[in-house]
Amino acid sequence: MPYEELNKESLLWMYETMVTIRRFEEQSRREADAGKLRGMHSSIGQEAVPTGICAHLNEKDYVLGTHRSHHHCIAKGLDINEMMAELLGKSTGTGKGKGGTMHIADIDKGMLGANGVVGSNIPVATGVALTAKVKGTDQVSVVFFGDGASSQGVLHESMNLAGIWKLPVIFVCENNRYAEATPFEYSVAGGSVANRADGYGIPGVTVDGQSALDVYEVGKEAVSRARMGEGPTLIEAQTYRYQGHFGADDPLGYRSKEEQEYYMSRDCIVMLQKHILDGAYADETQLEVIDKKCIEAVNTAAEFANNSPFPDSEELTTDVYVAY
Amino acid sequence: MTQAQSVRQISFIQAINEALRQEMHRDPDVIVMGEDIAGGGEREDFQDAWGGPMRLTKGLVNDFGRLRVRDTPISEAGFVGAGVGAAASGLRPVVDLMYVSFYGVCADQITNNAAKMHYMFGGKVKIPLTIMTGIGAGTNSAAQHSETLYSIFTHFPGLKCVVPSNPYNAKGLMAAAIRDDDPVIVFNNRQLMGFRFEDNVPEESYTIEIGKSEIKTQGEDITLLGIGYTTRVCMEAAGLLEERGYSVEVLDLLSLSPMDEDAILSSVQKTKKIVIVDEDYPRCSIATDISALVAEEAFDYLDAPPKRVTPPHTQVPYSRPLEALFVPTKEKVLAAALELLE
Repeated sequence: MPYEELNKESLLWMYETMVTIRRFEEQSRREADAGKLRGMHSSIGQEAVPTGICAHLNEKDYVLGTHRSHHHCIAKGLDINEMMAELLGKSTGTGKGKGGTMHIADIDKGMLGANGVVGSNIPVATGVALTAKVKGTDQVSVVFFGDGASSQGVLHESMNLAGIWKLPVIFVCENNRYAEATPFEYSVAGGSVANRADGYGIPGVTVDGQSALDVYEVGKEAVSRARMGEGPTLIEAQTYRYQGHFGADDPLGYRSKEEQEYYMSRDCIVMLQKHILDGAYADETQLEVIDKKCIEAVNTAAEFANNSPFPDSEELTTDVYVAY
Repeated sequence: MTQAQSVRQISFIQAINEALRQEMHRDPDVIVMGEDIAGGGEREDFQDAWGGPMRLTKGLVNDFGRLRVRDTPISEAGFVGAGVGAAASGLRPVVDLMYVSFYGVCADQITNNAAKMHYMFGGKVKIPLTIMTGIGAGTNSAAQHSETLYSIFTHFPGLKCVVPSNPYNAKGLMAAAIRDDDPVIVFNNRQLMGFRFEDNVPEESYTIEIGKSEIKTQGEDITLLGIGYTTRVCMEAAGLLEERGYSVEVLDLLSLSPMDEDAILSSVQKTKKIVIVDEDYPRCSIATDISALVAEEAFDYLDAPPKRVTPPHTQVPYSRPLEALFVPTKEKVLAAALELLE
């Protein structure tokens, strides 16, 4: 990374990233079902969004996420062994097992954290962009959030702040159509997240979040604007969460089977696979090799996590402060 | 050289301002942001229109420019949160939260992000953020511009809380807060900003260690513990008690988190009596916390139960005669002390 154009290399990176995310989430679900973690927010169905955006980022750029952030972390290049260990609360996890599934971070990789409070990371990401501006670097800060967070005041405060200060921050709304069990149509006045950018004088773009290629294109434009000092962009990527809000809930309690089937018929991995095969960027055998590699990597991560020790009891009270 | 020549007297406001200026000179990563901390936005003919609502940041924009001295919209969740992000990514931001009562619109950024990120991320992310905020009644500002509230923040692991009581320690604590790698909240009492102080404040830069209290006067018969403004009240009450022949120890707490428990306990072990004087609301407060500490850790030394002097469990009133009943006074401290002594 970053990938300057859509070609074999970038397409296969996106494919491998998205398949890794899906296999990782499937394994996470198995670990949760086995009782090793509670309340896990699966990102299955939404893989294309962070993948298409992060294709333009380097390790010095920052990403901040939400309670549902495994896919953001993988797209930003985090080690899935450490991620899985964090999910299981192990000492080898990204946060030594102290943060868990909703608080995965790795500052060395530019992942400044998932965040369990809806919308909470949006101003933090704006501050990260302020650092880039004050220090005069060309770093970019990207914050992912859901349609639920689009009604939090902090999004509006942050778009205003980033707008007047022309900060290199990209607000990426993954509109998966549901804030927990509440549908988008009910909770978002005006029917569009992207349009909310208008009031702050910043570009607001709507994109098909199931198309990694489309997300890549809008991401390219937004990252380029940010790097050139032209200020923030709001992207609304329309996507779909395949599973329930936290996994144990049944989404069919608040949405129809027909609706689910419609969105799942536009699966982002299948769509990308088709593009790769149609364009002869790779053949089926080559994709199968990647598929196998992803399964093996996730199996290794599960093995690593399960075999890792829990934190020592002293860890309860360390890392509260740098010094106290 | 006479005494008058050797003492450099500056105001509480000048002390904070001097600390900010010196830290900004020392470290290019220090930035300041808040509402009207310069004033005038980007109008070149109206620079430094305000210099902060309390003039704490007066002149900084002229020295350091708009890149590092940033007027913000009235948008506390936005700019306090931005302070957290800036701190996490390499700056040392100082954020001005004009009055502590405004914490309500940005509490999530302070307690869920600034306080928790270091721990949640396994110690790998530091948040060297300083929040300075105005506290205290006695300025006829009514219920939403007069609270003290430092007890709320002391409750949270991950935050450090300091409360200066005079220009000397205001300057030293402010510099220490900015250099600290953890989030620190500096609670500046607004009545103190209006007083004249006799203390010498050196011009050169210095820090005061966060977590250490100061014994203002040594004594044998009773300990009066003050925090910020109430340290002044304790000193006045000590004068009245000394007129009655008592030997009084006044302890200025200065830092609520970390708290100098050893100093509190050693003072009480010596005097065997303590009056804790606090302007924050009385329930679940720092005064209650200190009272519990003394009761649990120094019970066998005590000649009388620990005593708290605080406002009643009520709002800060606007009307001046009512407001005068809210803030702890030397008379109330005297009465509480005499109750223990006699």
